[in-house]
Formats: sequence, C-alpha cells, structure tokens
Amino acid sequence: MKDKIFRIVLFLAALMILLLAAGIIYALVSRSVEAFGEYGIWGFVTNAEWDPRSATEEYGALSFIMGTLYTAFFSLLLCIPFALAVALFNGEYFKGSKLSSFVSSIVDLLAGIPSIVYGLWGFYTVRPIIIEMGVNAQGFGIFLSSVVLAIMIIPYASSLSAEFLSMVPNKLKEGAYSLGATRLEVVQHISLPTAASGIVASFILALGRALGETMAVTMLIGNTNRIPQGLRDTGNTMASVIANQFGEADGLKLSALIAIGLLLFIITALINLVAKMVMKKLART
Amino acid sequence: MESVKIASGKTPILQLKEVSVSYSPGSFAVNKVSTNIYPNTITAIMGPSGCGKSTLLRAINRMHDLYPHIKTTGEIILKGKNVLAMDPMEVRRMAGMVFQQPNPFPTMSIYDNVLAGYKLNGIRLKKRERDTIVEQSLQSVGLWEEVKDVMTKRGSFLSGGQQQRLCIARALALNPEVLLMDEPTSALDPISTNKIEELLLQLKNDFTIIIVTHNMSQAARISDNSMFMYLGELVEHGNTTQMFTKPQNKRTEEYLTGVFG
Amino acid sequence: MNHHKITHTGWRKGKDKMTFVLVCLFSLVAMFPLFFILWDVISKGYKNFNLRLFTEVTPSSMDAMLARMNGEPIPGGILNGITGTVLIVGMAILFSVFLGLFIGIYLADNRGKRFAGIVSYLTDLLQGMPSIVIGIIAYAWIVKPLGGYSALAGSVALTIMMLPMIVRSTEETLKMLPVAYKEAGLALGSSYTSVVFRILIPSGFGGIFTGILLAVSRVMGETAPLMLTALGASVVNWKVMEPTSAIPLLIWDFYNDPNLVDLIWSSSLLLLIVIFLLNWIAKIVARKWKV
Repeated sequence: MKDKIFRIVLFLAALMILLLAAGIIYALVSRSVEAFGEYGIWGFVTNAEWDPRSATEEYGALSFIMGTLYTAFFSLLLCIPFALAVALFNGEYFKGSKLSSFVSSIVDLLAGIPSIVYGLWGFYTVRPIIIEMGVNAQGFGIFLSSVVLAIMIIPYASSLSAEFLSMVPNKLKEGAYSLGATRLEVVQHISLPTAASGIVASFILALGRALGETMAVTMLIGNTNRIPQGLRDTGNTMASVIANQFGEADGLKLSALIAIGLLLFIITALINLVAKMVMKKLART
Repeated sequence: MESVKIASGKTPILQLKEVSVSYSPGSFAVNKVSTNIYPNTITAIMGPSGCGKSTLLRAINRMHDLYPHIKTTGEIILKGKNVLAMDPMEVRRMAGMVFQQPNPFPTMSIYDNVLAGYKLNGIRLKKRERDTIVEQSLQSVGLWEEVKDVMTKRGSFLSGGQQQRLCIARALALNPEVLLMDEPTSALDPISTNKIEELLLQLKNDFTIIIVTHNMSQAARISDNSMFMYLGELVEHGNTTQMFTKPQNKRTEEYLTGVFG
Repeated sequence: MNHHKITHTGWRKGKDKMTFVLVCLFSLVAMFPLFFILWDVISKGYKNFNLRLFTEVTPSSMDAMLARMNGEPIPGGILNGITGTVLIVGMAILFSVFLGLFIGIYLADNRGKRFAGIVSYLTDLLQGMPSIVIGIIAYAWIVKPLGGYSALAGSVALTIMMLPMIVRSTEETLKMLPVAYKEAGLALGSSYTSVVFRILIPSGFGGIFTGILLAVSRVMGETAPLMLTALGASVVNWKVMEPTSAIPLLIWDFYNDPNLVDLIWSSSLLLLIVIFLLNWIAKIVARKWKV
C-alpha cells in the first residue's frame, strides 16, 4: 500500500515538470499577446524601432535579435580555436595525465565564475584594453561583449569535446599509427572525424549558452536600442534589453519585453534541439 | 635458445639481436631475444599468456613508441636497417600490422580504408593508381568480388571476417616488407578463420608473415617456422613440423602437449 | 604493386610539432582569464574584506558619499546580501531537492516509458532556459499576482534553475547503481519505498549530494532572475514575502552607484570564495563516494 502511494507521488512529481513547462509557455505566450496583437508576430519580429516614449510608443524585436546574433556568433567564432585546443589537450595529447586534470580543473573554475563578476572584470579590465586597441571610444559594444562571452563559453565547448575525443577507441588510432601516420595525421584523419558529431554538438550547446547570457552582456554592450552597425557598435541583446528595461515597464512595453523573452526561449530551445539531434547522429554511427 | 636449421643459404629479411622490452625498470616483458626470419615464410610466435609474444611483435614496428614508459633495447634489423634507430614512420611503412580486433576506420568508405596508408602519409595518387591499388589489394585478400559494388559505403556492415580481410588489404596496400599479425583470427568465427588462414598461405608467396597466435593448431596448420616464447625469452625457434614432432627443449614439449598454457 | 617513397617526412613531422605547440599555446592562453580575474578580485577586494563586510548592512549612498569625501573607508558591509542569499537560496534548495529527488527517482525507474521520455526532454528544455526568462516567469507567477517583489519569488526562480540539474544528477547516479542492490533489497521482502530510501539513496548519496552542491554553486551567483523577483533591500530581511537582497544583487547595486563602487570587489571575492568552496567540496564528495 505504501508503495502504491509512493509511486503515485513519484508520478505526480514527474508530472510537475510537465505542468511547469506548460505553465512557462502559457505565461510567456499569454503576456506576449498584447505586443503581438498590436504589431502582428512578423511585424514585431522585423521591427527595429524601440521607442518607449509614450507619445511615439513603438516596439520591435529586430534590434535585439540582431544584437543577440552578432554577439553569440562572434563569441562562438572567437572561442573555437581556444576551446578546440583545450579539448585536444585534454582529450588527445595529454589524455589521462595529471597535467590534463589540472587544466580541466582550471577550465571548470572558469565555468563557475558568475556572470556578474565577468561583467565587472570586462568593464574594469578588458574595456580599457578595447579602448586602447582603438575599437571604439567608450569601449562598450559588440566587440567587448563577444570577447568576454567567448571566454565564458570556452569551458562548455571544451569539456564536452574533450570527452568525445577521449572516447575515440585506441584500436583505431593504433591502426593509423601502424600505417606510419604522424600524431597530427591521426588527429586529423581519425580522432577528429570520429568525434566530429560530438564536437559540433558541444559547440552548438555553447552557442545556446551564449544566446541566453545576461549580466555580463548587459554591463558591456552599451545599451542602445538599435541594430548594431558592425562589431564596433553598441547595441542590446534580447536578454540585456529585458534586464535593463524590465524594472519600470508595464502595459505595452512590458508585453513587448515578455514577447522578446518568448522569442529568446524559442531560439534557445531550438538550438538545444539541434544539438541533441547532432549527438543522436553520433550515437548511431 | 635451441634452434634447428630454419632455412639455408638465404639472407634473413629480419634479424633480432638481443631484443629486450621492459614496461618498468628491472622487469622485462621480452628478454634478450635473438633470431632470424627468412623471406616468404610464415613464422608463428607461440606461447602461454604473458610470455611476451605480442610485446615482441609490436617492438618490430615501433608501436611501443606510443607509450613513453616502455623501453626497447637491442637491434632489430629489417632489410639491413636497424628499426630501433630509424624514423618510426618509415619503419611502419616497411612493416605492416594487423590487429586482433578488426579496426577499419569507421569514418572512411571501404575504398578509402584500403588507401588509408597513402592518405595518412600525405601521398597523392592519381585516380587510376588509386583504383589499381584498391583492386589489387582487395583481390589479394579475396574481398574484391564481395565488395566491389559497395566500395563507397562505410565498412561497418561487413562481417568480422570481411572487416579483418579489409584490414589486411589496407596493410598490404603499402607493400610492406613484412606483415605482422597479432592474433588476427582470435576474434573471428571458425569459417572466417579458415578463409584467412588460406589467404595467408597464398600471401606468403609475395610477403613475409609473422603471426602471433595462442592457437597451437593454427601454428601447426599454416606456419613454416615457429618461435616458442616463455616468460619473455625465446625458448625454441625451428621448423614447425620438426618442432611439433620432436621439440628440442623440454619446455617446448610441455607447452605443446598441454602441460601448461 | 607500386612502391611509393614516403615524401616530405620532414614537412609532416614539422607540421606535427607545430600543431602540438599551437595546441599547448592556445590552451595556456585559454587559462589566462581565470588568473586575471582572480588577480583583479583578490587584489582589489581584500582591502574591504573584513569583519564589517559580514556584520553590517549596506550603507546608504549618502553615508558612503560623505565617508569618501572625508577620506574614510565606506561604512557598512553586505550582511543584508548574505542573509538574503541564505534565505532565497535556502528556500530554493528545499523546493528543488524535494521535488528534484523524486523526479530523478521516477526517471531512473521508468526508462523507456513514453511519459518518462517526455519528462526527460522537458527537463533538458528547462535546463537550457536563459536565466532572465526564468526571471520573467517567476515575476509573472509570484510578483504580479501577489503585488510585490519577494524572497519567495526569487526562490521560485532559482528553484526552476536548480531543478533540472538535481533531476539529472539524481537520475544518473541511481542509474549507475548496480541493479543487484534493488533486487537484493526486494528479495529480502522489503517494500519498494524502503529500498529506495534505505538502500538506493544512501548508496548514491555521493552523486546526489554532489549534484546538489553544484546546482547551489551555480545559482548563488545569479543576478538577472533576482532583479525581476526579489529586487533587493537595504536591511536584513527574513520575511519571505518581502523584497530581499542577495549578494549578486548588491554587487549590481554597487556597480551602478559611484559612491558604493569600492564594495564590489570584496563582495565578489566573497561570492567567488563560496562558489569555489562548494565546487571543491563537491569534487571531494564525488571522489570519496565513488559508486
């Protein structure tokens, strides 16, 4: 009898996830309706205007979608060489060694640093460098945010990739060595291709994290509500505009911000789905 | 080490001189092995588990280089050159290896697998050369008819025996001086084993084969000469038929009659 | 068959060596930011890292300004942030562990079932949600209906963040336990419930506890969702329904206030120490309790 109750309790607990997910979607959608109703979904998504002044109130998500895409993809680009290097270091060249555990611990610590601390460091230490480099006068903008964002996502891309690399069977590598290949050739022709789907999936997941990152970006991107004109420009991402302007928002503005939240939710969910499908392809080979 | 005349008048293709391999200081997995291997022969290396036969085989193509704690000493002269003093990559071109577990590369098609040795070594071949090498290699392992229509597919759907023959073809495509085989049939079913043994008997006309086997009857079936190893030492090396009927060393006799191993 | 002499071995070996050097170099550079950040936080934060930090509440902007004009160190500390974090994260731990444990048990025991598959997929979905969106949800569910910011709303947001992590670590830990444990327990006539609570969970305690520690260390530093839910307070607050502060929120307030800016580094130092400590303990627990 006790067991029956327990199993029902377990089932109800699991059901909570369903309710949670449903509740989240409902909450986001129902509160976005006002904004979407006003401009139409397509209209809202393609509108680059963001004007909270009551006389000329007009809202559109495009500036922030572009800001998000700029920062996320640029940071992914920047992180690839470093994340791949660390992955090769830990999963191939120094696999299993003490040095490798040390390096992975350091990289794990990087993952543990809160976003706001990255923002502070970005503001006080990296920004002056960006200004020195002559990127732009105030330092803020896509470039600065992407650099810090890239550092933040390296651990996510590298630790998963390293795992996939270390799972490449030894017998395949020995087979290649026995044919006279150099280490690089084994990595190039055997290790990387075999671990390819996993590595791609981990970078896609890292991209997903970059898309949703809030605090560091909010502090570094410059908070302007228009489409960034290139990497030197300032802007806002979907996450940062919500963080910046949610405080006093209500009415149509609030609905617009929540609609942006819904869009962000959908985009990250899709990215994670793609990563999952890529990893499933790995499991099949 | 007792030896019976294993060949006369020919020059050995491989000479082992006081070859020792140790995994940790002081303990030797292979202890001062010295002997000669003659061209176009099949030499079986037999012995109980842990006697050092695989270790000795892998020393020949410098596989131990991959593991820094393993030390190899002595001389291994392959076609006049000391393997241990050479560039390992060149050694591995001269000595091809087939492993116990068939390991066709899963990210390459059957066609590309055969040519893997060239691709990995950065050698570019013209299409006609490639096609010729692939066909010849697959023919020589008796796989051509079976796979010629599906060569662009990955090799994972092939049976274990076919995969192993593919791996042999891949090793042979580089035209090695010797073919080193580390228990190549122990993971296969009897029918595939049979096919591969027949294949080896044919291949010996063009190649020199050294095969590590824990299966005495296999050694008896296909090898011309046999090496018997025990606790890292080469106990006896001689003509297979003679060794099986009249072993020179008591240890050999005990192993062959199943007293141990 | 043709003999092809292996060509440009030197070139191939050179490429190999160079790639190795590049891999090591880039890996080294990838580690630099950790040291730079630690250096910044420690060197700038130790000055204000004193007892006051832990025992006094945040100064008002005015008091801070006056102190600076007089060349005195800023009065006050972050006690309200510390208690706030304890309250909010504490409640979140309660909610998420309670719920997450059961869901993890359910998923570990019902592999292959359609419903479990859906729950598993949705758990992953929740895990990938940006923290700011979770903040919006907690705002919509708690702040708006109850008419005000509160510690409870903050806890709900953090609970949603922690839940997927605890579900996963519980599920994975239980899955790794040998089936023999469960079977032996049942064979002794024990009820399923007893087997779970007296055998499986204790056996898997290491992995489950590690999962909880890691989830806590993750949400301790979260700012965005709390901005929309707990808002912050300048006094120590233990009332669940009132706006409450938290360490990351205070860091954000300090950052935005030129008079209080000096406190950001000591607060960050405290935050990092706690987070790294939790991670370190998690590593030790994981190692000692290897299943």
